[in-house]
Formats: sequence, C-alpha cells, structure tokens
Amino acid sequence: MAKIVAMTGDEIAAEAMRQINPDVVAAYPITPQTEIVQNFSQFVADGKVKTEMIRVESEHSAMSACIGAAAAGARAMTATCANGLALMWEVVYIAASYRLPIVMPVVNRALSGPINIHCDHSDSMGARDSGWIQLYSENCQEIYDNLIQAVKIGENRNVLLPVMICFDGFILSHATERVEVLEDEEVKNFIGEFKIEHSLLDLEHPVTYGPLDLFDYYFEHKRQQVEAMEQALPVIKQVGKEYEKLSGRGYGLVEKYNLEASDLVIIVAGSTAGTVKATIQELKEKGINVGLLKIRTFRPFPQDEIQEALRDKTCVAVMDRSASFGAVGGPIFLEVRSSLYEEKKKPLVVNYIYGLGGRETTIEHIKKVVNDLLMIKKTGKIENLVNYLGVRE
Amino acid sequence: MPSLKQLSHKEELLSRGHRLCPGCGASIIVRQVLLAADKPVVVACPTGCLEVATTIYPYTAWKVPWIHCAFENAAATLSGVETAYRAFKKQGKIKDDIRFIAFGGDGGTYDIGLQSLSGVLERGHRMLYICYDNEAYMNTGIQRSSASPMGAHTTTTPPGRAIPEGKTESRKDLTQIVAAHNIPYVAQASPAYHMDLIKKVQKALSVDGPSFINVLSPCPRGWRYPAEKSIEIAKLAVLTGFWPLYEIENGKYRITYKPKKKRPLREFLEAQGRFRHLLSEENQQVVARMEKEIESREKELLVRAGEGKEEKEK
Repeated sequence: MAKIVAMTGDEIAAEAMRQINPDVVAAYPITPQTEIVQNFSQFVADGKVKTEMIRVESEHSAMSACIGAAAAGARAMTATCANGLALMWEVVYIAASYRLPIVMPVVNRALSGPINIHCDHSDSMGARDSGWIQLYSENCQEIYDNLIQAVKIGENRNVLLPVMICFDGFILSHATERVEVLEDEEVKNFIGEFKIEHSLLDLEHPVTYGPLDLFDYYFEHKRQQVEAMEQALPVIKQVGKEYEKLSGRGYGLVEKYNLEASDLVIIVAGSTAGTVKATIQELKEKGINVGLLKIRTFRPFPQDEIQEALRDKTCVAVMDRSASFGAVGGPIFLEVRSSLYEEKKKPLVVNYIYGLGGRETTIEHIKKVVNDLLMIKKTGKIENLVNYLGVRE
Repeated sequence: MPSLKQLSHKEELLSRGHRLCPGCGASIIVRQVLLAADKPVVVACPTGCLEVATTIYPYTAWKVPWIHCAFENAAATLSGVETAYRAFKKQGKIKDDIRFIAFGGDGGTYDIGLQSLSGVLERGHRMLYICYDNEAYMNTGIQRSSASPMGAHTTTTPPGRAIPEGKTESRKDLTQIVAAHNIPYVAQASPAYHMDLIKKVQKALSVDGPSFINVLSPCPRGWRYPAEKSIEIAKLAVLTGFWPLYEIENGKYRITYKPKKKRPLREFLEAQGRFRHLLSEENQQVVARMEKEIESREKELLVRAGEGKEEKEK
C-alpha cells in the first residue's frame, strides 16, 4: 500500500536511504545537500537503520571510505554536490574503475568560482566521463524512485557500476512536494542483498584491489568499463519495468511528453522538465503543440531512444543547464546532435544554455524557446546555434 | 612476545619477487610488521614505491587482502574497510577477528595524506597506520617532502651556489602531531631494532582504537649509499640521536632504547651521499644547526618521558 508524504527533495532522499538501509554511509555536509546528511544522522541516532556512519573530514575522504567499504562487501552510500563533487573527483573515477556499485545523490549546484550555492548542472556534467551511471530527476517523487532503482541497477552483475542520482539544488532539495513512498519491506525485497564477488574481508581468498595497471592491461580494463556501461542500458529499462510492477510508476531511459502531437521538440533534464510540461499545457490551449523529450539517463547515453524519438521531427531545442567552455554548445546538445548524424532525415537542432548559478527559468523563457522553434520551422534557418536563455548580454 | 627464532618459522605475508630495490627499508619494515601480527590483517597502501613495486598487474606480492585507492587517502580508504567490518560484525556476518594496517610513505602520510590520517585518528577507527619514512618522494625520484631533514640534497632541494645547504627547513615532527590526537598508541621505530619494532606493532594492534608507528626507512637510491648498508644506517640514525626510539602509550612517554654511548651526528651524515655537501667548510653551520635541533628535541623527549630532571643535572 502506497503511503503519501509531503517532503523536500533532501528529506525524501534521506528517507530512501533509510529504506535502502546501507551498511556504511560516509558523508560530509555541503549546501544544499546538508539536510540529507543531517536527516540520515538522525535515523542512525534513533537506531532506525543498521548503518555504520562515518562523519568524514572531507568529500574526498567520503568517497575514499565508500570505496574501502564497498570493496569490503558493504552497500555504501554518500551524497554531495558542486565543490564537494569536484574535491572527490579523483576518487569518483576510482570508484567506477574498481566496479563498486556505490549510490550517491548529487544535489546539482553550480561549481565555483565565483562561489554560488544555487542550481545548475555543471557539477554532475563535469563528472559525465567518470564512469558513473547518471540519472536525473524531475521532481521529489523521481528522486525517491530513482534512488531505490539505482541500488538495483548498479549492483546488477552485468553492470557493477556506481550511480549518481542527480536532482536540482534548492528547486527540488528544498521544495516540499507530495511523494508516494513504498513500505520498508517492499524496498528491502526489491533491492535484495548485496553480495560482492571479491571482498577484502574474505580471508580465504585474499584479493588485491587497485594494483599498478600499465600499458599491457589497462586498456582492456577500460574496454570492460565501456562494456559495462553498454550493459547498463537494458538493465536500467528492466529495473524501470520491475519498479512499475511494484509502485505503479514506470521508468525508461527517456520520458516522452506530448511528443506524438508535434514535430517541435524540447529536450531537457532535471526539474525544468516540469516547467516545460506546464508551458506545453498552456500553449496547447492556444493551439500550439510542442513535445518534450526528457533525459532521465544521461550516462549511459540513450542514443537509440533519442534517434527513435526524433525520427520524424523538424525542429529540436536542446536545453543545457551547464556551459561547456570552448565547446560548440552544452553537453546534452553535443551528444544529441552527434546521435543524429547517421539519420537520413535530420531535424534542425538548436541549443539553449539556461539557469546557470540558479538563474530562474520560467514559463516565459520556455515560450521564447517555442517561438524560436516556430520561426526556425517557418524559415528553415537557424540564426544562433547556441543561445543563452535569460542572460543579460 | 615471540622469539626471533619463532618468528622465523612464520609464513611471510609479503612474498619474494616484488620489484622494490635491493636494500629498500620499506619491504624489510613490512615483513617485520606482518610477522608481528598474530591476527589476520587487511592492508591498505597509498600510492608510492611500496604500492607500485608490489602489485604490478597481473601479479601481487601480497598474501593478505590489500587495497590501494589513491595517494592521499590510504587512511580514509582503510577506515571504510574497517567500518564495513564493524557493520558486518554487528550483523553477525563475520566471525573472524581482523586487524587493519596501512603502510604509507612520508609523502602519502606527512604531506598529501595528513588530513585523511588526522580524520581517521580523530574518529577513532581501530587500525594501525605505519609510516615508512624514507624522508623524500622516492617513487617520483627523490623530491623533498616535509619529512626531509634539514640539509638533505633532494632533486627539488639541490645544493647550489645561492643555496649551498640543500633543504633549508627542519623536518615536520609527525609523531608529535599524531600524538596530539590523543590516540591510545604512538611510537617511533627502526628496522635496525626489529624486536623493538615487533613489540611496538603488537602493542599497537592490541589497543582498541587508532595506533601509529613512524618507522625510519633507509633508501639506498635516495640517501645515496650502498644497498647492503641499509640496516647499518638505520642503526646509526638511532645511535646518533637523529631518530629516537620511543612510544606513547595512553599519553605516557617511554624511551624504548637509549644508546649507551651517543655517536656523533657526523657519522650518520658522512655515510650518505645526500649529506655529502654538508662536509664543506661553508656548510658547517648547517651541521651545527642540525646538532642543536637534535639536542633540543632529545631534551624535550626526556622531559616528556619523565627523565628530564636527570638531563638537567648533567
């Protein structure tokens, strides 16, 4: 039986962690992730979880301790954002390379400098090549659902990769929303027990983790990591289906919203998908139809789904909440555009960089994007390939 | 306390065939430490000579579970392993009593890994951290660390016309920094005094909390001396007062070895190429500074060990 709660993004992330009940949590506070650590600490203090918690002295040590714990066979979790993620960068890569299925909420926040505590995706987008699976959440319900599924995705024997559950700082982390939660027992049964193949605590079979891996083997190990990411695509879909059976809420790699009704498409990840949906509804009443293709899974990148969803479309606006300095557009734009290269009939694709450092993105901004798309459709021409939404030029 | 004969019958847990240099202090220290452990151990190493030379994939010299993560985080990484162990113990999933040992060089301990180590000491994880202190970044080619002694010639403190003395600063006293965390057991040891080291390891592994042993680790390549002289030089470091052997057990200091007759520092310096330039006339003031510093630290140690008064009377 579904229970309905009103919680902020951080509260619901902590609640999901309570139900996952990891063996070890190592964490360090950083705005706007702090409430996750605080709430979880209370669960530990109240004996509501079996978790041993390590209150580390930095994010670098948080991830390092998670790596040690996971290599010892523990289900290990942490949470971070922005500069915290940047500080743990080195070990974020190591966690993935050691194939340790650590799950980490990343509360998206702008990277310094100058320092800014508000939302954009520069933190997790910077870690897009670190070997972690990345799922983006539109609302608090998705934060919860994604976290529960992340455990099962990462620990799948064909995958064995760590997973970041990304959600927008303040916009979701500090916004109270209605969330349907599962029973503790349902979560426990859904995720099952974690059994690692090579544990540091298996004295009968001593294992060496993290040896010196030179030109004669390193490449093969990287190739295996690439393969694991590819294997993750069907697993994410499968787990999404299983989760639908349990919760009534199904998940795929992408979400299509009003996509069939229009040849104009907006692509976006994170909470702005909600703003786009509201805009679509409003415009519908005025007889204008636009579709939304929401990126839930950014790593591994769902190329097939993107190609299929855009096959008969004419104009596509890709929205990026991070800038890729020196590149021709934001990271989602570049990957979407590259995915279309082999297609016989390609839509016109434009990029919108938006919301950096927490700059508000409203329905009016989305309407501007739709107007541009209508103009591009009419003229067949793209005036600016990369646009900056809501910035003072 | 087992005898040397008994220890010689124990299985070596670091196998032969690793690629450390002949005469390397680190492998001697690791073998002595692992012989001292009478419970199964899990080992962590930061990046460094010991790590790269013992685990060249697909080979490993370690007969015990072992993890390397990065350079600055052996302590934090091992604290994760130890915490997982505690979690599983509570859950009844593990029966064995396991001990946790980190072996880090001075670069990974005094410098880049100091924060991670301090965090572990403050949080009270039950693990032993051994620093094999060879007084420079030997793995990258003998660059100065904060453990390099004054006067040392390293590749980043080369003696030159403008700076004839080599390293101009005194070394960091890490053992005292660790002691300031008020952990149950801290010690300084030397591979030349193996029974002293083994005894210290056994004490360290028996305390219910963090423990730390700083072990001077001669390096033939970096200190510039023939490989067969390692133990001799380790011994000279103790006999000249350069590396005093002591322990701090629950805050109580004890000097564990006192040379009957102190040897002049010059003997230790003359034996190594890294100090050769100190023999010149212009660098005599550096030697004098080094001697003065050793003397003052020795006095401090005697006071802490409750023997300071006797020293005053001399």
